[in-house]
Amino acid sequence: MLQHPDHETMRATRRSFLGRSTAGIGAIALGSLLRPDSLLGDVVVPKWHGVINPPHFKPRAKRIIHLYMAGGPSHLETFDYKPKLAEMNGKPMPESLTKGKQIAQLQGKKLVCLAPQWPFQQYGESGLNISSKFPLIGSLADKLCLIRSMKTEQINHDPAHTLFNTGNANPGRPAIGSWLTYGLGDSTQNLPNFVVLSSIGRGGQAQPIASRQWSSGFLPSRLQGVEFRSRGEPVLYATNPPGINDSRQREAINAVQALNKIHDELFDDPEAATRIAQYELAYRMQASVPGLMDVSDEPQHVLEKYGTKGADGTFAGNCLLARRMAERDVRFIQVYHRGWDHHGNIKKSIETTAGEVDRATHALISDLAERGMLEDTLIMFGGEFGRTPMAQGSGRDHHIAGYSYMLAGGGVKGGVSYGETDEFGYNSVKDIVHIRDLHATILQLMGIDHERLSVKFQGLDMRLTGVEAARVIKEILA
Amino acid sequence: MRPNMVTRRSANSTAPTFYFIASLLVAIALCPKALSATETPDFNRDILPMLTGTCFKCHGPDKEHREAGLRLDMRDSAIAKLESDAVAIVPGKPAVSELIRRITSNDPDERMPPPDAKEQLTPEQIETLRRWVADGAKYDKYWAYASIQKFDKGIDHYAHAKIERAGLKPSPQADRVTLIRRLSFDIIGLPPSPQEVQAFVEDKSPNAYEKVVDRLLNSKHYGERMAMFWLDLVRFADTVGYHGDQNVSISPFRDYVINSFNDNMQFDQFTREQLAGDLLPNSSPRQKVASGYNRLGMMSAEGGVQPKEYLAKYAAERVRNVSLVWMGATMGCCECHDHKYDPYTMVDFYSMASFFADIQEKGIYAGAHASGKWGSSINYPDPELPTLLKPIDDQITQLQAVLNLSTPALDEAQRIWETNNSEQVGWRVLAPLQATAEHGTKLTIQTDKSILASAAAAPQNVYTVTAKTDLKSITGFRLEALPDKSLPKGGPGRAGNGNFVVSELRVFFGEKADAIALQNATATVEQTLAGNATPYGKWSAASAIDNDAKGSSWGWAILPEANKPNQMVVETKESIDGNNSVLKFVIEQNHTNSGHTLGKFRLAVTSAAQPLSAKKTQGLPENIRTILAVDGPSRTDKQKSDLTAHYRSIAPSLAETRKKIAALNQQKVQLTKEHTRSTLVTVAVKPRAMRVLPRGNWMDDSGPEVTPTVPHFLRQVERAQADKASRANRLDLANWLMSKDNPLTARVFVNRLWKLYFGRGLVSSLDDFGKQGTQSAHPEILDELASDFIDSEWDVKQTIKTIVTSSTYKQSSQSDEASRTRDPFNDLLARQGRFRQDAEMIRDSVLSVSGLLVRKIGGRSVRPYQPAGYYAHLNFPKRTYQHDKGENLWRRTVYTHWQRQFLHPSLRAFDAPSREECTVERARSNTPLAALVMLNDPIYVEASRAFAERTLNEAPKEMGPRISFVFQRALLREPSVDETKIVSQLLVKYEKDFREDPVAAKKLIDIGERPTPENLDAVELATWTGICRILFNTHEFITRN
Repeated sequence: MLQHPDHETMRATRRSFLGRSTAGIGAIALGSLLRPDSLLGDVVVPKWHGVINPPHFKPRAKRIIHLYMAGGPSHLETFDYKPKLAEMNGKPMPESLTKGKQIAQLQGKKLVCLAPQWPFQQYGESGLNISSKFPLIGSLADKLCLIRSMKTEQINHDPAHTLFNTGNANPGRPAIGSWLTYGLGDSTQNLPNFVVLSSIGRGGQAQPIASRQWSSGFLPSRLQGVEFRSRGEPVLYATNPPGINDSRQREAINAVQALNKIHDELFDDPEAATRIAQYELAYRMQASVPGLMDVSDEPQHVLEKYGTKGADGTFAGNCLLARRMAERDVRFIQVYHRGWDHHGNIKKSIETTAGEVDRATHALISDLAERGMLEDTLIMFGGEFGRTPMAQGSGRDHHIAGYSYMLAGGGVKGGVSYGETDEFGYNSVKDIVHIRDLHATILQLMGIDHERLSVKFQGLDMRLTGVEAARVIKEILA
Repeated sequence: MRPNMVTRRSANSTAPTFYFIASLLVAIALCPKALSATETPDFNRDILPMLTGTCFKCHGPDKEHREAGLRLDMRDSAIAKLESDAVAIVPGKPAVSELIRRITSNDPDERMPPPDAKEQLTPEQIETLRRWVADGAKYDKYWAYASIQKFDKGIDHYAHAKIERAGLKPSPQADRVTLIRRLSFDIIGLPPSPQEVQAFVEDKSPNAYEKVVDRLLNSKHYGERMAMFWLDLVRFADTVGYHGDQNVSISPFRDYVINSFNDNMQFDQFTREQLAGDLLPNSSPRQKVASGYNRLGMMSAEGGVQPKEYLAKYAAERVRNVSLVWMGATMGCCECHDHKYDPYTMVDFYSMASFFADIQEKGIYAGAHASGKWGSSINYPDPELPTLLKPIDDQITQLQAVLNLSTPALDEAQRIWETNNSEQVGWRVLAPLQATAEHGTKLTIQTDKSILASAAAAPQNVYTVTAKTDLKSITGFRLEALPDKSLPKGGPGRAGNGNFVVSELRVFFGEKADAIALQNATATVEQTLAGNATPYGKWSAASAIDNDAKGSSWGWAILPEANKPNQMVVETKESIDGNNSVLKFVIEQNHTNSGHTLGKFRLAVTSAAQPLSAKKTQGLPENIRTILAVDGPSRTDKQKSDLTAHYRSIAPSLAETRKKIAALNQQKVQLTKEHTRSTLVTVAVKPRAMRVLPRGNWMDDSGPEVTPTVPHFLRQVERAQADKASRANRLDLANWLMSKDNPLTARVFVNRLWKLYFGRGLVSSLDDFGKQGTQSAHPEILDELASDFIDSEWDVKQTIKTIVTSSTYKQSSQSDEASRTRDPFNDLLARQGRFRQDAEMIRDSVLSVSGLLVRKIGGRSVRPYQPAGYYAHLNFPKRTYQHDKGENLWRRTVYTHWQRQFLHPSLRAFDAPSREECTVERARSNTPLAALVMLNDPIYVEASRAFAERTLNEAPKEMGPRISFVFQRALLREPSVDETKIVSQLLVKYEKDFREDPVAAKKLIDIGERPTPENLDAVELATWTGICRILFNTHEFITRN
């Protein structure tokens, strides 16, 4: 198929920078997406300005911190209060709800109601009902937007994570963070735009997570999420080899740059020029990481507020790092907590896990608010699915027909809830929010029309929100 | 060299027009102009892309989203009367064609495409459409589905014609150094050595170039390079991909791919073996390994998985894979709806899936995270195993000859041994009359008079055996507990560990009610394991004749001697005259730990003088015992030789020889184990029902059932008459794909080969030969290569040779601004490609130049250095990565352990795919992360040091020649004055710096497992390590041009 010739020319100038030399992302109007934004010494470092420039809408959020509660948090012990379920404790679940529905580990088992294991309480002026095990998050009720009518399609962790992160259960699609950089361009050149942090937690079994959850899929690998680790070197390969100190590293890079420049001048090779820029960026990134990870400049009261001694690999430590990244213009920060797969003893597990996330989540939101950053930082808090109203022994099984998600800041209303499940907390029944609707809404908040952020791949216009109609939840936008 | 195709000629009279049009196509690509006023629009080139991009979404093949009942992808429908009575296209009459009216309408309600649609038509496009309708609205068969045309003028002819028409010139031929570097990278994935370069530069023979090509195509590394390409397509990996991403053993498949390319296996055979190796007549183990293709998809062991859902996932993925790999078809979208642009339907999708419905597999491999059992597999010995075993076998044969050699001393020793062991104990085995048990246990009398228990195994049991003997003055009884293959652990007991407990043995004589009084029970073994549990301190024979004085649960047991014969012997208090009366043996087995009953046993009596005692004769096999019981002279020859053979196996004087043989045998076992890998294979079973899943929903059984059928709009599978009634299978599918008149497979494959040698396909959409794909600027080259490929009996090497010996291939990759601007993507082929190496080749090049590379082919996947903790997110089981030791650290990267969820981070940084799905084309990015890998990954530092060692050892001592040496080795050229200056400045700096900081120097040169040499000065080595590191990091080093 012929492209508009202007596109062709622009593809050529831009190809090396995003990397997919030919197929795939060629068909996008690029405008002057690549501009020399900064000079390092005499090296021109081009900045990726994204394919959506200017944004489709005025962005309400500049960045997202995604507190990813992996394993599937129970909505019934967090944000969705179901007195009816308490009444029905121990009684059979109505077959009308469960018949012919997808079930995970309770396949072939007797389905019995399990009461909410902790009391709920109304918080704030808005009076949002939130589990009493999350009092600090509760204290922020008036800043929170609770979606109580989530729905997903995948009932096992692996594909459910893939769906939540990439909009499709099949591997190979770009994650949300990759789409954002692709669309909006680089938010920073000193650090990756899309960062992943993770902690395990003591409750539940630490279900695996896969790097496909922060993969750039068919988009160039430049757009992938970069993991910041609490053990070993924080960013893979961003540490000098033993025996090479910073000045030796700098000298090495200088020499590489000088040789590449000679090559570039001789062969007029745009790829060589790009390589020169990437080595500068590599050096910058390597130089920026230690300052980011070293929290010794944080006052004691801040450490106490988060409940951490520093970047120690706990969820609290990661929340603090997330704030520091947000301050350094990282656009999409994903903070995994892997302790939510509560198949057994959910009462105790919720208590344990709440102990790990309540204080830190509260600290992050209020800290951002105090710094005036909450208004343009979208906080997302939730998992890949919810948990059954039915008992699995003393716990709950995976559940996809209804669950909850919490948002805050970044252009969403505070002190509101949206959508409802039925009185058992089984099916989302009112204002249902499918994963793709949430995706569409996130993109909207970032200034993107989800239908207009697409890439041609294998003959199709691929979008984060997929082919089914997705709906922006306008009702929750501030 | 192209085969001389006598039967083929360019009889196509339309060919000149075709060139003309195609060249105009190029012209369009180069400057934004519409067709000239005199030109006829070409359907495939001008019209179809427009319709596809702008109209098909609502007026195409997808019936669910079709508007106004109009479909424009088929002429019959496009010219038919619509629901509204209008006619979209009236051939020859644009003025009355509704299509033209609507695309030119100014009324926003009528205008097509609707004003809010993303894709709009330009005025030039509208004019082209109008002219096409005026010309009769001719629909041509889509080029990719049309038969492959015959062309025979060769690549260069067609390329040059088009280049010249566009007013450009082909680039001059590249210099010889560039050419051999290019060829080496392209064909074997490794740089040439300076010696190879020099030989080629100095070779004045006319076929110098061809000789290099032939040498490379015959290199064993050719298969490795081709495997990098093929394994991405067939998504080969070492882990299952889903959830716990556990390891799965299938590396023999990778070696199969390497070897098949090296053997230049015909591509049709290669295809058949992978899709249906198991269905080929008398399929060989190698073909079974190939059938592992069908098992390369991801699998899950996640608890709570519904098998049906995952079977649907696996089936869909197979369709995506086979259609992309062989057909360049994007059938994936038909899992949920008919294709929006191409004629593929949902029925096509599920019909294709049903070709694979016979594969033995599970939706969930429950427990596989612990057991490693991922379904059908075979043990496959490495092809080199016999060669490796040969020297050991030879040694064994020699030693065996020593064992077999008779000497007087040995014969004498044997005679003495025979005498000592022939002592007659006088046991007479009893022939049981009847043997019964309780609780449904069955006792069967064997030919050797033993008794074997089978059927229900009760927790406790009492066996009763009767037998007659005429032996006078019976002095004792013997109970032999015998091993048997049918028993757990080989018996002799029926407990899971092969044990039993005889709690009480009583013998009754004739009709007497009281048991015969017994004494002095002995046994060849009395279990001491858990002996403290019994009042006897061990599981003694005495406790089996104590009339339960110390409890009925205790008795005789034999652990740890499972699977060995043992016996218990008791004396009678008074001798008894057998007198042909019935003896009744009651064997009580009351042990509370259930199931400890006898599995196989035998009874005997003796009249030998007391004391009697159980003798440890089980050192002698049963047949030897039998032979020894026969008087020497009466033994048969066979018995004699058996006896000698046995003696030789125990003779003390031969102990040393036997020990050597045993050690060698152990080595054999070890070697066989090391060189035998389990590998997943396809096993065909009764096909499961396959139906169309509405909207891809696996829970919805309402869709129609389908049978194996290829896409409806392509020529159908042809099968022998005899098979007509039966259902088509994977072999039929493979044969169909590889049939000579299939328009897709050959084109798709040669196009991807082209990509390997130019960096870009002739059809740039390597992954899509459908209507959303691109059309080649050189359809003649594509078709000529494709038809030659078929005519050559699918000869891959020959096709490659045709490509790389063309002048088009040999062109320089240098381009000036003008040609870059006019033909930015090199559609015209007026120059060679210039691109970064693939991830594997970058590492391999570094290993090769440094001298670290271990050039072994095949074997288990290897584990190079990897940052600690990189697998922290994996679970079930948790994993700690342990890098290999020794040569496996420096193998080619194609052998690297491919962890789908966490691919080696330095490969990932250079765009190697996870292989969770088919990857047709890797991205080729240029990122800071990749720069960090090249700078800081220990393998690159270690290789820099190895390269530095080489430099210090091989190059002259002076700085200049050493700099020259590293440039020659790494970049195959001399440094320029400026380059020498840059490097020497750094050299001086580093030298001074490391001289002042020798600890740092030592640290740098200690990186990696390669021993640090003692004979080189640490500061000098560190300095040169720093210099070599610079060379590896240059753009030029990782760029193929």
